[in-house]
Amino acid sequence: MKKSEKIAGSVANYVDERTGAAKWLKKNLTKVFPDHWSFMLGEICLYSFIILLLSGTFLTFWFDPSQREVVYNGSYAPLSNLTMSASYASTLHISFDVRGGLLMRQIHHWAALIFMAGIIAHLLRVFFTGAFRKPREFNWLIGVGLVTLGIVEGFLGYSLPDDLLSGTGIRIAEAILQAIPVVGSYLAFFAFGGAFPGHVFIPRIYTVHVLLLPGIFLALITVHLMLVWYQKHTQYPGPGRTEKNVVGYPLMPVYMAKAGGFFFIVFGVTAFLGAVASINPIWLYGPYTPGQISAGSQPDFYMGWLDGLVRMAPPIETHAFGHTISWNILIPGLIIPGILFTGMALYPFIESWITGDKTEHHLLDRPRNVPNRTALGAMSLAFMLIILINGGNDIIATHFHLTINQIMWFTRIGVIVIPPIVFVITKRLCLSLQRADRELVLHGKETGRLVMLPHGEFVEIHQELTPAQKFILTQHEQPEPLAIPDTDAGGVRNPAGIKGKIRSRMSKANAEQVSAPSETEAKAIDGGHH
Amino acid sequence: MSNEISKFSDPGLPEHVHRKTDTDPKAEKRAEQQVAILFVLSAFFTVLTIYSYIFIKTNTFIFLPIMGDTNAHQFFLGIGLAGSLLFIGFGAVHWAKQLMPDTEVVAMRHEMRSEDVDREDFVQTVKERAGTAGLGRRSLIKRSLGLAVGLIGLTPLVMLRDLGPLPRKQLNTTSWTKGTRLVTDPGNRPIHVNDLEVGAVAQVLPELPTGTERTLENIGTDAVLLIRLRPEDFQLDSERLSWTHEGIIAFSKICSHMGCAVALYEQQTKHLLCPCHQSTFDVTRAAKVIFGPAARPLPQLAITVDSQGYLVAQQGFTEPIGPSFWERSS
Repeated sequence: MKKSEKIAGSVANYVDERTGAAKWLKKNLTKVFPDHWSFMLGEICLYSFIILLLSGTFLTFWFDPSQREVVYNGSYAPLSNLTMSASYASTLHISFDVRGGLLMRQIHHWAALIFMAGIIAHLLRVFFTGAFRKPREFNWLIGVGLVTLGIVEGFLGYSLPDDLLSGTGIRIAEAILQAIPVVGSYLAFFAFGGAFPGHVFIPRIYTVHVLLLPGIFLALITVHLMLVWYQKHTQYPGPGRTEKNVVGYPLMPVYMAKAGGFFFIVFGVTAFLGAVASINPIWLYGPYTPGQISAGSQPDFYMGWLDGLVRMAPPIETHAFGHTISWNILIPGLIIPGILFTGMALYPFIESWITGDKTEHHLLDRPRNVPNRTALGAMSLAFMLIILINGGNDIIATHFHLTINQIMWFTRIGVIVIPPIVFVITKRLCLSLQRADRELVLHGKETGRLVMLPHGEFVEIHQELTPAQKFILTQHEQPEPLAIPDTDAGGVRNPAGIKGKIRSRMSKANAEQVSAPSETEAKAIDGGHH
Repeated sequence: MSNEISKFSDPGLPEHVHRKTDTDPKAEKRAEQQVAILFVLSAFFTVLTIYSYIFIKTNTFIFLPIMGDTNAHQFFLGIGLAGSLLFIGFGAVHWAKQLMPDTEVVAMRHEMRSEDVDREDFVQTVKERAGTAGLGRRSLIKRSLGLAVGLIGLTPLVMLRDLGPLPRKQLNTTSWTKGTRLVTDPGNRPIHVNDLEVGAVAQVLPELPTGTERTLENIGTDAVLLIRLRPEDFQLDSERLSWTHEGIIAFSKICSHMGCAVALYEQQTKHLLCPCHQSTFDVTRAAKVIFGPAARPLPQLAITVDSQGYLVAQQGFTEPIGPSFWERSS
């Protein structure tokens, strides 16, 4: 035995005698993970979270989360001798007087953007491939929790420097609190320790930003990953892949190297962005004061849709019995986001109610094979994109020489009209793609090679698909609509009530499919061919 | 549909195709060297990081194409860090892809559901254990426990009471009262009626009694925008007209929508625009909302001049300034 093996052996022995880990590790080091680029999206989120913890910890060593007023005398001359909060001054200090401080700030901010973009991309992948279906509904719910908290965490993070831009964001958050009926002013006064802006808000959100929310993130991410581990990863359909197996590469050594390497790549890309792409240059905005503002005030992209909704809201307030309800704030600021996120959380349960499908699914859907779900996803994306556009209407107006009014009216009307159109188009596209798949399987690929037959006829050579290709295009299940009778045995109409009617309608719409070709059909065609 | 229809059958896992590195020792050697080169590159970049940290001064600027004048310290530190991380990543992935086994492995799944026996056992155990605690029988304990646990939830709510004071009338009040002088911000100088030309805009604050410090909370409620038009430009009722002075009109600068500073004044159209959500107010018509989500005009401050010709408030604001809240009556 080599010396290194001997040492490793004795260490392993020491640990195992105290934990009994060998059995568990033996099994799990050979754990199989399927391979696909889209499975890296979730990894990006995990890695950027780790980068956020590391870079964030670095920043806390110098950041002073206080609204105590100080006079700035650091090395950034344009703000010299200005009175500002300690949190703004210490952010300037990190940016100009701590070596690598600006780099770390920019890495932290870029990592936050990548974290949110990664979560959204991962969420879309999971949605469009149906990975949320039984048994993975819990993980879907945790994911919805993570994206919601991510938005809050990001907002609190960029609010900490207390610059003119972020202070304006806090002012808007305060107005949303204040608009809540009955308890609004109390909530605002409790959160801010009195009138806005007060002296306690930054230190309070600092605790939430660096301790409370990261702790919750850590817990949720841990459960999320444990469930992925325990339930085994989903896989795309393909030859040899079934609902009962998982085909891929073992954790040790392939995935350890690939995933470990990918962490370094994500970190490297973030560091590169931090080095070359300036982000949130707070020194240009100046310290916060409620009496000033900069033109083109924009939140980060994951808040932009919310800002866009608020911007497009119609100017409606109700004044009655000595009280005011600000619909122009409540509807876009709380009610619509509440409906959106609740709907998203409930979607797996709604879908399974419509389809009546209670079986386990480990093979992913090709989006085209579930036209209704894909169309719903595209519709929601269209909605979000339109309100996001309105969130940047001032920037778009100046860049494309439009007026804000034009963009605002386009999005106000578009947000109602465009999503349903997108739904219909997407559904038709999916069905067309299904038809194209069917065509491919039954008649092969058009090769573009024209051949003249002896009697002068021109035909195009079609190349038959391989058995593997045929299998991939035809393996999906084709749901039948639920049989919900219109009348019961006694002839009474509509026994299941309005709920049953809705369910029956939805299930019919959901089952609209181009039937996948079968081997029998293919043989029949072959037999009659030429 | 008849059940004779058969789906296309699963041809099974495709045959494994060997990589060049699996069959050609030379290719394997080359891949090994490539991985090593990538790792060495990472080491080189770490040296660059350390060098930049120690030897490049934080105020050194260099010119780079595309980026323009760039802080060299920050740039090379970042490039060093990025390179050192990226090349470890590239090396590891290259190693995995070229040299580690690439045969696909199949593992079996098991249904998540427990065996029926285990489920029955579980139910049995829970019933049995709950039975020994007598949870079903002892309703007195159950109810009192319910009361205790229900009430304990109040504790955190009560304990959070001291987060802040009650709002009382604070959202309704500003520092403006009858006779308060308008002063410049910044500068705190009183404003003479002749200081302001037609078309001019100024941000003003109320003069505070000597000895009082102006806080950000004051600015957040007191900030006022002063605009001078030609008197004939106004389309105001007689009361609102009497709140202006020789074409000078004053509005709260705090947006009636969400409290941002309404700072963009368009001289041609005489519109005020809030940069947060683009609510637009017409100055000539007492800041009437002509576009955007704001539901109320900006509150107007009644002004006049004192005996020395300095601008003063006729009275405080007649309505609360800033965003709406539940207790607001109009």
